[in-house]
Amino acid sequence: MLALEIFAPRFAAETAPTILLALAVLTVVFGIGVVVFSRRRSTSVDAAPNDVVKVATEPHDVAAPVVEPPATELSSTAPVNATASVRDRLGKVRSSFAGALTSALTRSAITQETWDELEEALLRADLGVATTTRVLSPLRDLVKAKKVVNPSDLRLALQTEMTAQIANTARELNFDSSLNAPNVWLVVGVNGAGKTTTIGKLAAQQRKLGRTVLMAAGDTFRAAAGDQLETWAQRSGAEIVRGSEGSDPSSVVFDGVARATAKKIDLVLADTAGRLQNNTNLMEELTKVRRVADKGSGKVTEVLLVIDATTGQNGLTQAKQFAQATAVTGVVLTKLDGSARGGIVFAIETELQIPVKLVGLGETIEDLVEFDAAEFVAALFD
Amino acid sequence: MFETLSDRLGGVLKGLRNRGRLTESDVVEVLAEVRTALLEADVNVGVVRDVIERIRTNAVGATASTALNPGQQVIKIVNDELVAMLGGETLKITYATHPPTVVLMAGLQGAGKTTNAAKLASWFRSQGRQPMLVGADLQRPAAVEQLRVLGAQINVPVFSEPGDPVATARLGLAEAQRLGKDVLIIDTAGRLAIDAEMMQQVKDISEAVQPKFTFLVIDAMTGQDAVTVAKSFDETLSIDGVILSKLDGDARGGAALSVKQVLGKPIAFASTGEKLDAFEQFHPDRMASRILGMGDMLTLIEQAEKVFEKEKAEATAAKMLEGEFTLEDFLEQLQQLKKMGSLQGVMGMMPGIPKEMKNAEIPDDQVKRTEAIIYSMTPQERARPEMIDGSRRIRISKGSGTTVADVNRLVKQFSEMKKMMKQMGGKGMLGGKRGKGAKSAGMPDDLAAALGSRLGPR
Repeated sequence: MLALEIFAPRFAAETAPTILLALAVLTVVFGIGVVVFSRRRSTSVDAAPNDVVKVATEPHDVAAPVVEPPATELSSTAPVNATASVRDRLGKVRSSFAGALTSALTRSAITQETWDELEEALLRADLGVATTTRVLSPLRDLVKAKKVVNPSDLRLALQTEMTAQIANTARELNFDSSLNAPNVWLVVGVNGAGKTTTIGKLAAQQRKLGRTVLMAAGDTFRAAAGDQLETWAQRSGAEIVRGSEGSDPSSVVFDGVARATAKKIDLVLADTAGRLQNNTNLMEELTKVRRVADKGSGKVTEVLLVIDATTGQNGLTQAKQFAQATAVTGVVLTKLDGSARGGIVFAIETELQIPVKLVGLGETIEDLVEFDAAEFVAALFD
Repeated sequence: MFETLSDRLGGVLKGLRNRGRLTESDVVEVLAEVRTALLEADVNVGVVRDVIERIRTNAVGATASTALNPGQQVIKIVNDELVAMLGGETLKITYATHPPTVVLMAGLQGAGKTTNAAKLASWFRSQGRQPMLVGADLQRPAAVEQLRVLGAQINVPVFSEPGDPVATARLGLAEAQRLGKDVLIIDTAGRLAIDAEMMQQVKDISEAVQPKFTFLVIDAMTGQDAVTVAKSFDETLSIDGVILSKLDGDARGGAALSVKQVLGKPIAFASTGEKLDAFEQFHPDRMASRILGMGDMLTLIEQAEKVFEKEKAEATAAKMLEGEFTLEDFLEQLQQLKKMGSLQGVMGMMPGIPKEMKNAEIPDDQVKRTEAIIYSMTPQERARPEMIDGSRRIRISKGSGTTVADVNRLVKQFSEMKKMMKQMGGKGMLGGKRGKGAKSAGMPDDLAAALGSRLGPR
């Protein structure tokens, strides 16, 4: 039978009966699966028991106290850098992309080498093979049609093309002021992306707009995650609701929303634990968190996926899976003050139509700016 | 990890396996595919160029010099190249003549330094050492607290002092000496490789404590930037080894290849999960075989062993080989398998799965459907599926919300699988039921030997 032929060769030196069993099980399941795949997906209802856990409608008592925000103005350690553009902040890095670009385009004519070097430059910025092809293809047409003749024109055409690829107008953060209840913004992403820090910065930003903010410490797994968020709550003048470590994240978020409703707080920022998108259990947990966040009187108006600018092609998979689990409404691209260019956002925007809304440019509270496509691309070329 | 890379190379190389001589254009075609695969896997552009060139040189030479099986030769060359890139040898941990052995953790923000510092401490403890942790990340809110909590979990003392990270490191070293600890692991703040001030700080820390080992923690999902980061940290600190984190993800992991190639320093450890025991010494040969579509059988085994209860599994496996496996047993094993994560992920680690199957997105509700069918059976039906006649099938399909065809398929697949397993057991490859080492045509000898030694008398 096909399965064992597939599995038998090339076994490693040590195997165990457990593997035998796994194979046996997979053999049967795949046998079914492959057949299903080869005919059209049936529309029959999957009658397996739906194991969604019903969430208690009454919020339990929160063990940890709610931290009241200081009455004074929002303090920050450094003057707010409101006018510094993305370009300025990135300017200190002579990116390898810009360097590669220059070398590709300082010839007198456009040759095959120009295309090779351009391709390499785009790949170095983490655009990925597919996106790079997508960007260069119309340029090749232009050159063939003699509409672009010399390298400096090509440079301009490239910048225009790249900007066009991510010219997405809907980048505002969704805040529904007509709600008679808190807006809830959920922050999700893989481990170490910068979710908690981003929430701190976001809270500060929203407070400046005159909104009241409550943070829900939905990361109940990571050691001292609540403490970390609490520091940001203090720094930004936000309230915070915490649960005990190891408690159910959905309940903490639910409690946060309930508290915000009771105190007529405008915005709940819900932190979640970092998780890798291929961990099914954790992704299901996240789906539940989102669902519960909407269950109370608040409304989820934004689900922000935090992505580290150093991430390679896996960023696209992250976006896909998180979008599937929680209907992501926007991306925050963090750590763009480093040497990485964050090129994966091209793929995320063009293939998934998920807009990048914010950019993180450092570890202090004011290091969060709006994403501007033209500026982002121009900074690549500097 | 490396899923698509092994798919692509597997596809290409499989096409070669059955050919006769390789022409130069064949080699070029293979290399084009290899290049794309490596790039999609986030291997650095420059590193890819070098690798391709090296393979091309060797491959052309091989084609010219050998008339027999050039396809197999290309496979070998690619494999050897990747093994060479990934390390060849594991880093030997040696200890300082005057304790403590100091270990310094460095890397970008969010790479996993703090978690891995604790994991490393736990690992050293398992090697019979007395480790201590120093929290010298005074920048990130609650970083020291995080380390303290982790330290408490593994019963390793944590030292920290507010103020200045360099002073903290120095004081930590003194404390370790005072307490007679023989390993000191220093966690530092995440920092950008291009932040001159922060790089100077970590250099100062290093100079203050003179570490025996400086580890750079790199996230397995890092893209092209990995090379820049690694080079910069190496220039500042002289890295001894890399700890690759978040390997439990599905990132292709090209950063591992690039960093190793560019630094010339080994990947010392692999971090494969959030729990503190998800930490092991990095095995380059395993990774290389995984890239080449051989899957990472060893990782799969380990994962399975964690989840499947060993003795029960052995008993059930014995049953299966004797042909006594029931649908009840099958259901039980299916539940266990589910715990291993998505079938997609498990499949990704298995060798030789055809691309169509992997990409078929066999949804996990396929498992649910299978379960539902079995749940709708009576215990007698599960024990003897051959008694399931037409009317029973209708009942079962109705009860589980599937079609009679689905039920038929499950029963048929199951009985075929049983037959096959029984053949494997009975055919004398295990020397009857309890022998060792004897093999038959269908089973490779290492599997036979392994099963034999597992199922044989203790």
